[in-house]
Amino acid sequence: MRKEVLLLKSMLLAVLILFIPQIGLSADKIKVGVLHSLSGTMAISETTLKDTVLMMVEEQNKAGGLLGKELEAVVVDPASDWPLFAEKMRELIEVHKVDVVFGCWTSVSRKSVLPVVEELNGLLFYPVQYEGEESSKNVFYTGAAPNQQAIPAVDYLMNEVGAERWVLAGTDYVYPRTTNKILESYLKQKGVAEEDIMINYTPFGHSDWQTIVSDIKSFGSAGKKTAVVSTINGDANVPFYKELGNQGISAEDIPVVAFSVGEEELSGIDTGPLVGHLAAWNYFMSAESDANDEFIEAWHGFIGDEDRVTNDPMEATYIGFKMWAKAVEKVGTTDVDTVRPALYGIEVPNLTGGTAVMHSNHHLSKPVLIGEIQDDGQFDIVWSTDGEVEGDAWTDWLPESKVIVADWTDPINCGNYNTETKKCSGQNY
Amino acid sequence: MKHKPIIFRLLETDKGGRYFLAVILALMVIVPFCNLVVPETSAFHMSTYVVTLVGKYLTYALLAISLDLVWGYLGILSLGHGAFFGLGGYAMGMYLMRQIGDRGVYGHPVLPDFMVFLNYKELPWFWHGFDMFWFAFIMIFFVPGLLAFVFGWLAFRSRVTGVYLSIITQALTYALMLAFFRNNFGFGGNNGLTDFKDILGFDLQSDATRVALFICSGLAVILGYLICKFIVQSRLGSLVTAIRDSEGRVRALGYRDEYIKLFVFVVAAMLAGLAGALYVPQVGIINPGEFSPINSIEMVIWVAIGGRGTLYGAALGAVVVNFAKTYFTAAAPEVWLFMLGGLFVFVTLFLPKGIVGAVKNFASKSGKKIEPDANKANVG
Amino acid sequence: MMKLYFVMLFLFVFPAQNIFANESSESINSLDSSFELLTSKSFSDKTKAIEAISESGHPSALGILSSLLDGKLYYGKKDKKIVKIEKIDSKIFKTFDPLNNDSLGEKKKRELRKVGINNKLRGLLNEKIAKLTIFSEDKKTRLQATRNILKNLNPSSVEIIRNAVKQESDADVRELMQICIYAADAQSNDREIKLNAIRSLSGSLYPEIGILLDKLNTEQLAKSEKDTELLEALDESIESTKLKKGFYKQIENIFFGLSLGSVLLLAAVGLAITFGVMGVINMAHGEMLMLGAYTTFVIQQLMPNAIEYSLFIAIPAAFIFTGLVGIGIERGVIRYLYGRPLETLLATFGLSLILQQAVRSIFSPLNRSVITPDWMSGSYEFNPALSLTYNRMYIVLFALLVLFALLWLLKKTSFGLQMRAVTQNRNMAKAMGIRTNWVDSLTFGLGSGIAGVGGVALSQLTNVGPNLGQAYIVDSFMVVVFGGVGNLWGTFFGAMTLGIANKFMEPFTGAVFAKILVLIFIILFIQKYPRGMFALKGRAAES
Repeated sequence: MRKEVLLLKSMLLAVLILFIPQIGLSADKIKVGVLHSLSGTMAISETTLKDTVLMMVEEQNKAGGLLGKELEAVVVDPASDWPLFAEKMRELIEVHKVDVVFGCWTSVSRKSVLPVVEELNGLLFYPVQYEGEESSKNVFYTGAAPNQQAIPAVDYLMNEVGAERWVLAGTDYVYPRTTNKILESYLKQKGVAEEDIMINYTPFGHSDWQTIVSDIKSFGSAGKKTAVVSTINGDANVPFYKELGNQGISAEDIPVVAFSVGEEELSGIDTGPLVGHLAAWNYFMSAESDANDEFIEAWHGFIGDEDRVTNDPMEATYIGFKMWAKAVEKVGTTDVDTVRPALYGIEVPNLTGGTAVMHSNHHLSKPVLIGEIQDDGQFDIVWSTDGEVEGDAWTDWLPESKVIVADWTDPINCGNYNTETKKCSGQNY
Repeated sequence: MKHKPIIFRLLETDKGGRYFLAVILALMVIVPFCNLVVPETSAFHMSTYVVTLVGKYLTYALLAISLDLVWGYLGILSLGHGAFFGLGGYAMGMYLMRQIGDRGVYGHPVLPDFMVFLNYKELPWFWHGFDMFWFAFIMIFFVPGLLAFVFGWLAFRSRVTGVYLSIITQALTYALMLAFFRNNFGFGGNNGLTDFKDILGFDLQSDATRVALFICSGLAVILGYLICKFIVQSRLGSLVTAIRDSEGRVRALGYRDEYIKLFVFVVAAMLAGLAGALYVPQVGIINPGEFSPINSIEMVIWVAIGGRGTLYGAALGAVVVNFAKTYFTAAAPEVWLFMLGGLFVFVTLFLPKGIVGAVKNFASKSGKKIEPDANKANVG
Repeated sequence: MMKLYFVMLFLFVFPAQNIFANESSESINSLDSSFELLTSKSFSDKTKAIEAISESGHPSALGILSSLLDGKLYYGKKDKKIVKIEKIDSKIFKTFDPLNNDSLGEKKKRELRKVGINNKLRGLLNEKIAKLTIFSEDKKTRLQATRNILKNLNPSSVEIIRNAVKQESDADVRELMQICIYAADAQSNDREIKLNAIRSLSGSLYPEIGILLDKLNTEQLAKSEKDTELLEALDESIESTKLKKGFYKQIENIFFGLSLGSVLLLAAVGLAITFGVMGVINMAHGEMLMLGAYTTFVIQQLMPNAIEYSLFIAIPAAFIFTGLVGIGIERGVIRYLYGRPLETLLATFGLSLILQQAVRSIFSPLNRSVITPDWMSGSYEFNPALSLTYNRMYIVLFALLVLFALLWLLKKTSFGLQMRAVTQNRNMAKAMGIRTNWVDSLTFGLGSGIAGVGGVALSQLTNVGPNLGQAYIVDSFMVVVFGGVGNLWGTFFGAMTLGIANKFMEPFTGAVFAKILVLIFIILFIQKYPRGMFALKGRAAES
């Protein structure tokens, strides 16, 4: 055995394997990381957001870039694989040295990248409505918190539709669990009895809704106006709505308000039987404003397809990008520790009119809109809040999170400050 | 000093294995050195990204070795090996969760955040004991081992074989995935376990801990390799291969084939559990996705690509496929599935014995002797 | 005389005309003001407008209200003039005057805005339209109108029903009207009428009646002086309703199980051939389903004006297309792998990744919308407690049809004979002069084609997207293995057993747990019967 040769060969091989991933760096461009799944189950929703970021980057470059530098988007595919999200986040920040990342959709993907982005002091803009109960120093949440979507929607159903009996149906993961928990507590505080609330969870991609829809039907025929609050996720919605339509549950009898169904989801459904069912968002494509018309036109131009729709997470991405660009311009650097405080108080016009403001709890002020599904796959806005609602990271409707606040400015400077014990918990960086 | 001869005996006829262990050892020296000692400005500095990445590959390599033991040598195509990997991972994840203590967002001294949120008043019984590392360490082997034992005892005794066995292993991991997805199952549902802080008192986010975990993974791969090698080269090993090639005859010769199968299956499950346990602290999350049937199928593919029935080939396959995945998902995010899929088809058609088989073939063609292709008899 | 006659005529006609003109212009006026209210943003204004229109007695009132309900009333963004539209395409509309249906020319969608309504208004419109259509010529319309009136019963609508029932000729409609009247009577203060009405409502399955009876029951129980006779009548009526409902619930459950079983059967039956008969562990099977579903989408894009018939074209098209893809796969890859089933797993898994990404690249990762033809939408109402959806019924029938067609092909045709010969003993078949290569290709093509046909059916139930196949592949394998590899009847009984078991457990355990239990059941079943439900006997079983 010639051990030395063996060892030498092996070392060479090892070195080769290790350094390949590190090749390919270029300097003097501002790098924008895009961390959205382009394959796997979430590609359906996330691909659009990748395109949105690319469009924003292109527009920014046309307008002369940022700080005199060109922007460059670095796209990776975490393939709907949650541990891969963490790995790719690390790759983006450590290897590609990106200045900011736009990405994630599901809660678990965000939870997966969270330790990484905190450890490496990165900057992540998260554009999807989510369950709240979080405020990280390094993450800005431009989607809706529960008080910006769920609570107003229930208020609408209660006051305008007169719902007295509630079905909370969701996919079994953390966002529906949290939202339903908040809603259950909220409804009970509003005097709804225990037996008037039915909660149901189904797995991801559930496709056989016969029994559940039939249960909803009989639950809804007890004489009280019944409404369904649906936090059913993505793929499971099509068979759910198809079954609703076929079993003859019309919006007048039992309206369904969905928090995860937007224009893009509807573009895969024949909306004929769904007319009148509701959705709550901060943005609808049908919103009438000049900014929205421009955005839609730009999107159609970029994607080269007049039939493509826009949706709420796209607006959230848009707002996030604009805010970041504005903050970078304000402080003249992309350094995270400088940009972060500069983001507080930054204002960007909403596409629906009014302005979005980034608060020091890393959440936005946004208007809440309720739309009814139309037969052309669009929403008709039937109700909206008077002004913007400020995003609340920690809901006030649950005892354990009522006492917690997030504020990333002095003196608190913490994402989960317990107002009773006067302590910050869960910080390890 | 008594162990040395055994190792030598194991590796005497195993040239590939020697190379393989040398590469792992080299990695265990180079990676820590380049990460901790070489200054960051140097071209030879290795980022933490690479350390965790290669660490992950190593755990996959161990997983592939354990799968190769049951598939390559015992002839059981397990489409549910991810179940054991995942269970080991969850055992480690539970320990890491308990280590968080009162540093969770709600500041509860005992309950992990997701339990506080789901209104748990006290810790479920199966979470007890996981605050102690030794207990978790036992569980890492015990839980996958127990599952493999119960499952194997039922399946091998009633002589379920071939595709039937493969499909029920798939059913097993699928059922586990659905169960772990359920939030009321007590394992954090879809989000799984995450936001770990430290292990044995060491900060998980420090480079030194990462390197230590990396070295542990390397050691585990070497250990796993040697254990498997020991099994297949022993007298038992001959029986194992005999069962693969003709189970009926082994049985006719009076051997209790189901016990042998059970033993090997349980050992493989435990090794997979260990791989899972090392995987979790390095990637920082464990969730039910690890149980998904597709994941387990992918594992089989690593082994096939590397070369089944060689152990080190399986490890090589795991690294190659995952490296390809890492590279393509960044370099060609839009079309990487074409490349990966193409790779699978290519290997099956043109390298039927995997990379290792191809290399051996090449060596023997250009060199000394030509081995008759054992597979040919079966074709057509 | 003539003069007088003319004067008379003048006197007669003119005032009448005058009155008529007045009335009509008045109602036009009032409609004008209602129209103005309709363009308002406030829904309470629109409510007033709807009330006014329905009470105007204007001949076009019904037309206006139903156009409003159908979302066909628009108004000009500038002139605020209400028009009725008909879509030419998504950009341009034909417009009509809602009062007299005179054409007003084509307009661009951008110039118009829809008169938006919400669910409350939809309910109101339904009620108003019901009142206006209770005397309609069409039996269905009258039935629907009565049904809508029952939904929100009020004294004024009951009066209308009481009148309508007198001239109602159709027995079904009369029965429903009678129930409306009993429902009203049950709330009457006259004890005799009340008692009689409650007794007559016994066993009625309408949910509104159930609610009403429950309400009356609680009312009676709350009273200090209990009227035992009344209570007994109530009890009896409620019980009989419950009993009937429970019975129909069971029937419904069986149907749900059968339909889930049929879906599983359609998903798995192609695999029963490629995997069961040929022994190819075909991981690309799911993608064949997906290709079938996408074929449906493409066919519908090609014939947008004949969606009703699109499925009849899509079924053969999907069969041929996926069949050809299958033959291509067999020729290109699988034929090199016979005798090495595990390697077919590897290759077909690679192919499935490629096919998924191909679809993603061609059709985008978004779901595509496949339209359900009208004849497959909705449900057939056997009675108010039991209605079965058309699409599920068709799918049950279709699954059986596919199964029997396949059985026929395998058992009665020479191709089927050759196929069975090749799978049972390849060499012997070859020696008998069967072109085994050719049979292999066609068999794989057949399995893939059948999967494509299954995909057409799935497109009517679920998402048509790149992940469609992934969702069904594991289930398909379970069904085939559970039923017994290589046996179509096994696949059939396997699918139905799993479907019904799942549906009967679901109400007690929830959807997820039911599925877990089914999987555990499969594992235990295979331990007991290591070759599935219908094990092949003899030599074929050993291979």
